[in-house]
Amino acid sequence: MPRSDTDPRLMLLSPGDSVYVLRDQIAAGETILVQGRKVAISAALGLGHKIARAALRPGDKVLKYGAPIGSASAPIAPGDHVHTHNLKSDYTATHTLEAARANAGEKS
Amino acid sequence: MMRGWQRSDGRKGIRNVVAVAYLVECAHHVARQIASTDPEGAHVIGFPGCFPNDYAQRVMERLCTHPNVGAVLLVSLGCESFNRYQLEQVVHDTGRPVKVLTIQSDGGTRASIASGRDWVAQQIAGLAAQPTVPMRVDELVVGTVCGGSDGTSGITGNPAAGLAFDRLVAGGATCIFEETGELIGCEAIMEARAATPELAAELRASVEKAARYYATLGYGSFAPGNADGGLSTIEEKSLGAYMKSGQSVISGLIKPGDIPPRGGLYLMDVVPDGEVRFGFPNISDNAEIVEMMASGAHVTLFVTGRGSVVGSAISPVIKIAANPHMYRRLADDMDVNAGRILEGEATLAEVGDEIYQKVLAIASGAKSRSEDLGHQEFILTYKSFEPIGPACLPV
Repeated sequence: MPRSDTDPRLMLLSPGDSVYVLRDQIAAGETILVQGRKVAISAALGLGHKIARAALRPGDKVLKYGAPIGSASAPIAPGDHVHTHNLKSDYTATHTLEAARANAGEKS
Repeated sequence: MMRGWQRSDGRKGIRNVVAVAYLVECAHHVARQIASTDPEGAHVIGFPGCFPNDYAQRVMERLCTHPNVGAVLLVSLGCESFNRYQLEQVVHDTGRPVKVLTIQSDGGTRASIASGRDWVAQQIAGLAAQPTVPMRVDELVVGTVCGGSDGTSGITGNPAAGLAFDRLVAGGATCIFEETGELIGCEAIMEARAATPELAAELRASVEKAARYYATLGYGSFAPGNADGGLSTIEEKSLGAYMKSGQSVISGLIKPGDIPPRGGLYLMDVVPDGEVRFGFPNISDNAEIVEMMASGAHVTLFVTGRGSVVGSAISPVIKIAANPHMYRRLADDMDVNAGRILEGEATLAEVGDEIYQKVLAIASGAKSRSEDLGHQEFILTYKSFEPIGPACLPV
């Protein structure tokens, strides 16, 4: 896969991975290239976050570092932000403060 | 040049401090006041509980005879369950100066603080006169933990720490990684590195135990900040945390307080045995550092993405920033900026070398950032363990 097909801020950690990892933040409103496809980023993404490389169906294993990091819990398209809203652990559920934060009006 | 203080058990310390140990929370204030006159020379450790616990007794015995400790003051209220007689004897048998202050019979707060301060000042003066001896890499015990992880931890700081571990292990040092609750999902790749098939089975069983334990508690070892930093699941966090272990053969599985018998790479099983009894295995990062010290760690590598600031009593902590944005916010607190890897300013190998050199420098007497800032966090809670089986330490 030619590197120019994909935004250089997206890192592929292992050849079979289903996600890229952001080496830098991406601002809301940017359009980035993911394997030649233009993807609009609607909300700002911090470094270390993940973007889908492949289309995934609910129940599919999500691979990073060449190993499963959980299963898709919703349909995922290439270029989608992959996080707790569409990826769930196969072990114990992930606890976040999203609801509390929304109630308090704080931005993450 | 690394140098250390020779201890009677053959180990050497890279620091020479007085441990002021409270044996129940009721004695904590007195202990803190005693140590406050010389916080660099006297470090406070202790156990808050009044009810007996074999694990806490063992960890306290290991810490009070840790190679970085030169003398010990035990501060008892007087009526707690902690076996101070046994602890005093264990310290005495190593040849270290040891004294027990019992607040109820030594005149209460004011008198206990005064006599404790006098004794500690004498010990610090005595320790300052003790000579050092040369120390080699193969005499070092180095632990590693990660805390406040984010999506950068597994890409920069943890693999860089893993490279430093590989070099230390190759040089004959003892390296310990831990938190089986943060190795959930890594069972298969980890067991392939075990020195023997029997040890492989023990490694797998330790992670399966952690998965059961956390499932019963209803939470993984995963904090909301991990998710803010881009980590979505415990197994994703685990795969990143696992990178700290490097590539060396895994020589053994130990539990907190077991001293590895020889150089090599060891996994520490920190999740209690038996039914879920005393709550979360490690309630915060310092609990892990304390267990590393209980197994002899002279220094602990601490990789952080979100930005932890803690240090520790007794053993220096080296803080490795995984995230370059966080590094710029908390530069004063960080010893190494592994975030440079993401910005193309350094390679993984260069940061791995920097961490290795930092370990040697701090073992030679240089202060880590958290030491400079006066961080001496300490926490010890209840746990219960069974002894490790014979397959855990193959020869």
